Amino acid sequence: MNIIVPIKQVPDLVEELEINSAGTDLDREWLKMKLNEFDDHALEEALLLKDEQGANVTAIALDGDDIDKALFAAAAKGADRLIKVTGVAGTSTHEAAKAMANVIQGLEYDLVMTGVQAVDDRDGQMAVLLAHYLGIPHVSVVTGVQVAGSSVTVHKEYGGGMVAEFEAATPLALGIQAARETPRYVPVAKVRRASRDANIEEMAAGDLGVDAGSTVAKMYKPETGAGAEMIDGSAEDQASKIIEILTQKGIK
Amino acid sequence: MSNQIFVIVEHLKGNIEDITFEMLGKGKEIAGATGGELVAVLLGSGADDLAGQLGAAGKVIYVDDPQLAEYNPQAYCKAVSALVAANQPKMVLVGNTSMGMDIAGGVSVANNLPFIAYASGIANDGSTVTSSLYGGKMNVDSSPGGDGCVVSVIAGSFPADAGRVEGSPAVETASADIGDLSIRFKQLIEPEGGDVDITAQEILVSVGRGIQSDENLPMAEELAAKLGGAISCSRPIVDSKWLAKTRQVGKSGLKVKPKLYLALGISGAPEHIEGMKDADLIIAVNTDPKAPIFDYAHYGVVQDLFDFIPALSSKL
Ligand SMILES: Cc1cc2nc3c(=O)[nH]c(=O)nc-3n(C[C@H](O)[C@H](O)[C@H](O)COP(=O)(O)OP(=O)(O)OC[C@H]3O[C@@H](n4cnc5c(N)ncnc54)[C@H](O)[C@@H]3O)c2cc1C
Ligand SMILES: Nc1ncnc2c1ncn2[C@@H]1O[C@H](COP(=O)(O)O)[C@@H](O)[C@H]1O
Repeated sequence: MNIIVPIKQVPDLVEELEINSAGTDLDREWLKMKLNEFDDHALEEALLLKDEQGANVTAIALDGDDIDKALFAAAAKGADRLIKVTGVAGTSTHEAAKAMANVIQGLEYDLVMTGVQAVDDRDGQMAVLLAHYLGIPHVSVVTGVQVAGSSVTVHKEYGGGMVAEFEAATPLALGIQAARETPRYVPVAKVRRASRDANIEEMAAGDLGVDAGSTVAKMYKPETGAGAEMIDGSAEDQASKIIEILTQKGIK
Repeated sequence: MSNQIFVIVEHLKGNIEDITFEMLGKGKEIAGATGGELVAVLLGSGADDLAGQLGAAGKVIYVDDPQLAEYNPQAYCKAVSALVAANQPKMVLVGNTSMGMDIAGGVSVANNLPFIAYASGIANDGSTVTSSLYGGKMNVDSSPGGDGCVVSVIAGSFPADAGRVEGSPAVETASADIGDLSIRFKQLIEPEGGDVDITAQEILVSVGRGIQSDENLPMAEELAAKLGGAISCSRPIVDSKWLAKTRQVGKSGLKVKPKLYLALGISGAPEHIEGMKDADLIIAVNTDPKAPIFDYAHYGVVQDLFDFIPALSSKL
C-alpha cells in the first residue's frame, strides 16, 4: 500500500499576527511557522497503517518557508520518501491542489491523506480539491482509517461526537481530522540525523492552469474585546472581581 | 448564470440541521436584495416530507435516489455538482460542516467556480464574503467575481430563526446521474454515554491547550467541584486523550448553554465558539490579550491560568 501525505507549514497563532502594507495578507517576514496540527495527525494515521500492515509513506510538500525541516521531521517519524514540489508561487488552494495533483499523478498511490483544514486557508480545503483534480473520491473530517485488503474503512465525524462509517475502494483521498492515536513525538536529535541522511526529491509542479476565481479585498483583525469587559490587576485581584461577579449573578 | 441562490439542505436522521435554516435566512436576504430566487436543494430517499420545513425558500429542488438514502460524500458531490451545472446559480451556500466540507470543494472544481470557505458574513448584494481565518484572529473580505461561486458558511454565523419558516414552497423533482459509487455507507456510530452530561450542567469549567498537560487537570477539576460544576474542554484535550470525547465542546463535540462557562486557556477558534457562544455568562482566562475568545466572552481575564486557578479556588 502506498500512502501520500501532503504536509504544510502554517503561521503559529501563538505569535502576534501583523497585516502587510497592502492590507490583504499577513506580513510574512517575521512569521513563525509550524506544521499544520492536522498534518501531524494525517502522518500519524499513515504511520499507524504502516505499523499495522506495512505501507510505503511519502510526505510531500509544496516548496515554501521552513518546509525542508517539516519534511525531515516526517522522515524522522517514519516516512519513507520525501518530495518537494517546486514552481508554485501563488497562495490559491486551487493552484496548490492542482500542482499537488500533477505530481501525485506520476506516483503510485492508494491513499492520499491531507490534514482536514488549515488556519490560513480561505479558498477551500485541499483534500477535496486535490481529489477532484485526481478524479478520485474523497471523504473529509476523518478520525480513523483501517485497511483490509483493497477495502478501506473510514470513520467520519459529524457533530455531537457521532461517527459515520464508510467502506471505500482505493484510490481514495482523505482529509484527516484526528489520528486514532496521539501523534508520536520525535526528539530533535533524530530530526537532525534525518536532515543529514534523508533525501528530498524535487519535482516540478507542471502546468497549473486553474484559477481560484476570487480576490482578497482586505484582511483585518476582528473587533477584539467587543464583547468582553476586561478585568485588570493581579491574579488575586482578578479572582476577587470574578467572585464578585458570580455573587452578583447569583451563581456563587 | 441564473439569479438563483442555492442552499444545500443538510439533514441527518430525519432532522434538518440548524445550519440549513441559518443559510436559508441569509439566502433570503441576498435573494431579496438582488432580485434573485432562493432555492433549497434537498437530496435523499423518501425525504420529500422535509420540504414542509423549507418555507423560507422560493422553491425546493428535490432529488430522490436510493443512493442518497444516507449521506454519502461521493453521491452528494456528484448530485450537487450536476444540479449546479444544470441551473448555474449565482451563489451556492453550503455549511462549513462535516458534510459541507466534502461537498463545497468538489462542486467548485466540477463547475470551475470560485470557492470561499469559512464564511462568517456575506454582504446582502452578494459582492463581499467575510471569512474567519487564523483561528478567528483575522477576517478576510473576498470578492467572488461575477460568474457564480460556492461559499461555505460557519455554523452560528446567522440567526437560524430567520430561515425557519413552515410550509412547503413549490417542489421541483430532479434526477441526478449519480452512477456507480466506490464509497458505501455502513453505519452511524452513536457516541458513548459519558459519566457526566455536560449539556445538562449549569456551570462548566472548560480547559484548552493552555492547560499544557493532563497532570494539570486536577487543579481545574478542583475548581469545577468548588463551583459546583463539571469540567469540559476543547478538542485538542480530547485528541490527546486527556479527557473523554463526551467532555468536548464545539463543532464536532457538544453544544452547551450553561449559566457559567469559564474558559481556561482556550483560544476561541470558530469550531469551539460554535459550541458555547450562547452560554449565559462567559468568562475567559488567557495569557494572550488578542485571543479571539475575548470577542465572545462577557468578562476577560488576561492572566496565566496557573496563577488564576489557585487564586480563584482559594477564595471559594
Ligand atoms: C472539522 C473540525 C471540527 C472541530 N471541532 C472542534 C470542537 O468540537 N471543539 C473544539 O474545541 N475544537 C474543534 N476543532 C479544533 C479547532 O479548530 C481548534 O484547533 C481548537 O478549538 C483549539 O483548541 P484550544 O483553544 O484549546 O487550543 P489553542 O488554539 O492552541 O489555544 C490555546 C490557548 O491557550 C492560551 N494559553 C497558553 N498557555 C496559557 C496559560 N498558561 N494560561 C492561560 N492561557 C494560556 C493561548 O494563548 C491560546 O489562546 C475542530 C476542527 C476541525 C477542523
Ligand atoms: N502547500 C501545501 N503543501 C502541502 N500540502 C498542502 C499544502 N496546502 C494544503 N496542503 C494539505 O492540505 C491540508 C489542508 O490545508 P488547506 O487546503 O490549506 O486547508 C493541509 O493540512 C495539507 O495536508
